[in-house]
Amino acid sequence: MAAHATYSYDVLVIGAGGAGLRAAIEAANAGVSVGLICKSLLGKAHTVMAEGGMAAAMANVDDRDNWMVHFADTMRGGQYVNNWRMAELHAKEAPDRVRELEAWGAVFDRTPDGKILQRNFGGHRYPRLAHVGDRTGLELIRTLQDHTTYLGVTVHMEHTVIELILDNGRAAGVLAYDRERGRFHVFSAKAIVLATGGIGRAYKITSNSWEGTGDGHALAYRAGAQLIDMEFVQFHPTGMVWPPSVRGLLVTEGVRGEGGVLRNSEGRRFMFDDIPDNYKPQTASDPEEGWRYVMQDKTARRPPELLTRDHVARCINREVKAGRGSPHGGVFLDIAWIKERIPNAEEHIKRKLPSMYHQFKELADLDITKEPMEIGPTTHYIMGGIKVDGDSQESTIPGLFAAGECAAGINGANRLGGNSLSDLIVFGKRAGEYAAQHARKGSAPKVDDGAVEKAMKASLAPFERGAAGENPYKVQQDLQEAMQALVGIVRNEAEMQEAVQKLAGFNERASRAGIDGHREYNSGWHTCIDLRNLLDVSEAIARSAIERKESRGGHFREDYPDKVAEFGTFNISTKRSADGSMQVARIPIADMPAELKQVIEEQKQ
Amino acid sequence: MSQATFRIWRSEPGGGSGAFTDYTTEISEGMVVLDAVHKIQAEQAPDLACRWNCKAGKCGSCSAEINGKPRLMCMSRLNSINLDQPVTVEPMRTFPLIKDLVTDVSWNFRVKKGLKKFKPRQADAPDGTWRMAQRDIDRVQEFRKCIECFLCQDVCHVLRDHDKHEEFIGPRFLVYSAALEMHPLDTDDRLGDLKDKNNIGYCNITKCCTKVCPEHIHITDNAIIPLKERVVDRFYDPVTRLLRMITG
Repeated sequence: MAAHATYSYDVLVIGAGGAGLRAAIEAANAGVSVGLICKSLLGKAHTVMAEGGMAAAMANVDDRDNWMVHFADTMRGGQYVNNWRMAELHAKEAPDRVRELEAWGAVFDRTPDGKILQRNFGGHRYPRLAHVGDRTGLELIRTLQDHTTYLGVTVHMEHTVIELILDNGRAAGVLAYDRERGRFHVFSAKAIVLATGGIGRAYKITSNSWEGTGDGHALAYRAGAQLIDMEFVQFHPTGMVWPPSVRGLLVTEGVRGEGGVLRNSEGRRFMFDDIPDNYKPQTASDPEEGWRYVMQDKTARRPPELLTRDHVARCINREVKAGRGSPHGGVFLDIAWIKERIPNAEEHIKRKLPSMYHQFKELADLDITKEPMEIGPTTHYIMGGIKVDGDSQESTIPGLFAAGECAAGINGANRLGGNSLSDLIVFGKRAGEYAAQHARKGSAPKVDDGAVEKAMKASLAPFERGAAGENPYKVQQDLQEAMQALVGIVRNEAEMQEAVQKLAGFNERASRAGIDGHREYNSGWHTCIDLRNLLDVSEAIARSAIERKESRGGHFREDYPDKVAEFGTFNISTKRSADGSMQVARIPIADMPAELKQVIEEQKQ
Repeated sequence: MSQATFRIWRSEPGGGSGAFTDYTTEISEGMVVLDAVHKIQAEQAPDLACRWNCKAGKCGSCSAEINGKPRLMCMSRLNSINLDQPVTVEPMRTFPLIKDLVTDVSWNFRVKKGLKKFKPRQADAPDGTWRMAQRDIDRVQEFRKCIECFLCQDVCHVLRDHDKHEEFIGPRFLVYSAALEMHPLDTDDRLGDLKDKNNIGYCNITKCCTKVCPEHIHITDNAIIPLKERVVDRFYDPVTRLLRMITG
C-alpha cells in the first residue's frame, strides 16, 4: 500500500490554533519552508472559543503591574511546581506578543486614552487581560490566520496525523490522512512542532471542541517523549449546566471579572466563606470592597469569586454536594445584580459580554442581563503535557517541539485564566523560532517506509471488522463516563485504580472497534483513530494522579486533602517503556535562581 | 422524551448522486439540530459526514440548510422548529458537495488570499504602539465578529444562482474588506479592487446575507452600502472627480 502523496518541509507544524499559527509565522519569517496540518478548517481551532482575554503585564490600566507581579501570580497559581523559566519568559514577553498582534490588525478594546484595555481575571493581582469583549480567541486566531495567509505557509486543512515517525531517535515525519477522501499522506520534516491543544474529550462534561482528543500528547508519548504533570487537569468553575445539550459549554471568567457573583440556593454569596490563607491578604474582606475592585478602585482587593479556578470549582462542588445547589445541579452566577450599582447595566453587560449574552439567549433562552445563570464545573484545560525545554520548547526527542496546551510547564498545578492565550503566542513564537534554527542545521531525515506501512495497515483495521465490531462512539462515551466519575474533580486511590482497570478494558474494546462505509469523511472511522489517543492520555492522567498523593492546584484527593511540601519538589512524568507499558517516575524540579526567588518573596508582601 | 424525524441529505462519495434519508430519534429538552445529528451518527449512521467544532456558535463550522434556511446546526433549537413534520437537514447548496452535510468551502480561503492585507500606519507613540478611540473601532469590531460560517455566501444570489465565484467575492469578503477599509490604522486603498476586481456592483442589496448572519452583523447596512458609497464617491461622482482633477 502506498501513500497518496508525500510532502517535505523544513518545519512541519501540527495544529492551527494560536500556538500552531504563531509557530508557523515565526518559522516562515525565518525563511524556511513551512507546512501546517490541521484537523479542521483553518480558523476553527479550539482557540476560537477562548473568551476572556490574554494576560500581559502592559500596565495600561494599572501602572503597578509589571512582569515580576505576573511571574509571581503565575507561580503562586501553579503552586510552585511550574517550570519557572517558562513562567519568567512568559511574563516578560507577553506584552510584546500582544502589541505585535495589534500591528497585524487585531482590534482590542481601548482605554479612555486610546491604549489597549485590560480587564480583571482570577488569580491576577491587577487588571491584566488584553481583550475584545468576550471573543478574544476569535480575534487572536483570525489575526494570526490572516497574517499567515500572506506568508507562503502551505496549509493542509482537515488532515489528521496518525503517527509520528522517528529516524535514529529524532523526529523525521508523520503519517496523516485527509478527512475528505480518507487518503494517506506522508510528511517529512527536519523539525516538527506539535501544537495540538488539549484532552477535554476524555471527559463527559467539557468545554472543549471535538478536536481536544490529546493527539499531540499521545503522538509524542507513543514516539517515546516524556510527558509531565498529567494529573493536573483544570476544571473550569463555570460551565453551562442547563439545558442538558449545552452542558459543559464555557461561561467566561470575564463574567466574574465584570462583577458577577456566585450564590447558592439560599441566596448566600458562599465564596466569602472559604478564602485560602495564602490569598487572604489580596482578597476583599466584604462585598463592598469587591465591588470597588471591579470598578477599578486601586485601593480595593479582588472579590473571592476571582480566586484561582481550582478553588472556585471545589467551592461550587461543595455547595452542590451539600444540597445547596441550583435546580439542575449547579449554582447561580449573577451579573444582572449590577443594575443595583450602575445605570444602564443592561447595555453595559451586553457590551462587555456580548458573546455570553448571545450564548445564553440562543441556547438557554435566558437573558443574563435580567436573570442569574446556572453554572457548574467543566473539564477545560490540561496543565500537563509534553515536557519541553523552557527556552526552545524542544521535547525530549530531538527535532520535536511542542507549544500551547499540549506542552507542559508554564502553568504548574493550575493555570490562571488568560495565561493560555498569552502562552500560545509567547511559546508558539519560540517553538517556531527554534524549530527553524534546528531545521537549518539539520540534514533531511528519512521516513521509514516500513513504519508508514505498519501505521497505515493498523489504521484501516476497523474497516476489516466492519459493523460487527465494537461501536467506537459507544467506547468513547463509556471512556468519558469513567473518567468523569473516577478521575474527576475530587479523586481517591480506589476510584482511580478502578479507572485504570476500566481503561484496560476500553483499550481492548477499542482494538475491536469496527466501522462500515467508505473512507471518505467517515466520522466513525475518525472516532476509532481519535480513541487511541484519548486512551493513552487518560491512562497518563490516571496513573500520574495515583502517584501524586497530595492535593495541589487542579489535583484534589479526598484521601490526601493537604498539600505536602515534598511533592512540591518534583514533577511526575509518564513515559512509554520498551515493552509498551506506561512508566511513572518523579523528576526533580531544577532549583530556581536567587533573583527569581527574590521576586516571589517581594511580591508576597 | 419524544421522537422527531430528521430528513438528512446523504450522498455517495465524491458528492455525486444523493437523496434524503429519514431518521427517527428520541429528543429531549434543550436539544439543537446538531445534537440530533450526533445522536443519529452514534446510533444509526456512524459514517454520516458532518462538520462541527465548538457547538457554541463560535467557530462557524456546522453550517447547513435546515428546513430550507441557511443556519448553524448548533444554534438551531428544536423547540423553535415544528417537529410535526420531518426536519430537513441538507448541505449548503452554493458550494460543491464533499459528502452528506459537508461541502467544499476552499474557494473562500482562496478569495481571501487575493485581497490586499492589513497595512498599518506608523506607530503613534515612541514605544511603537498606537492610540485609538473605542468609538472609532466599534464599527470595525462589529465586522470582526464574523465567524466565517459562510452562510452569507451560501445565500447570496450572485453566488448561489448566478455562480459568479470568479468575479464576485461575496458578502463575507465585503465585510472583511470593510473591516480593513474602516480600520483606523490601515493605510491601503482597496476601492479600485472592490470596483473592478471584486465587483461590488453585483450586489443589489437584497439583504439576504444580513438575515442569515448568526452573529447579527449588519452586513448590508454597515459594510456593503458604505463601501458602495465610497466606490461611487471615488469613481462616479462628477463633483468629486472634478475636485480631484483640480487638487490632484
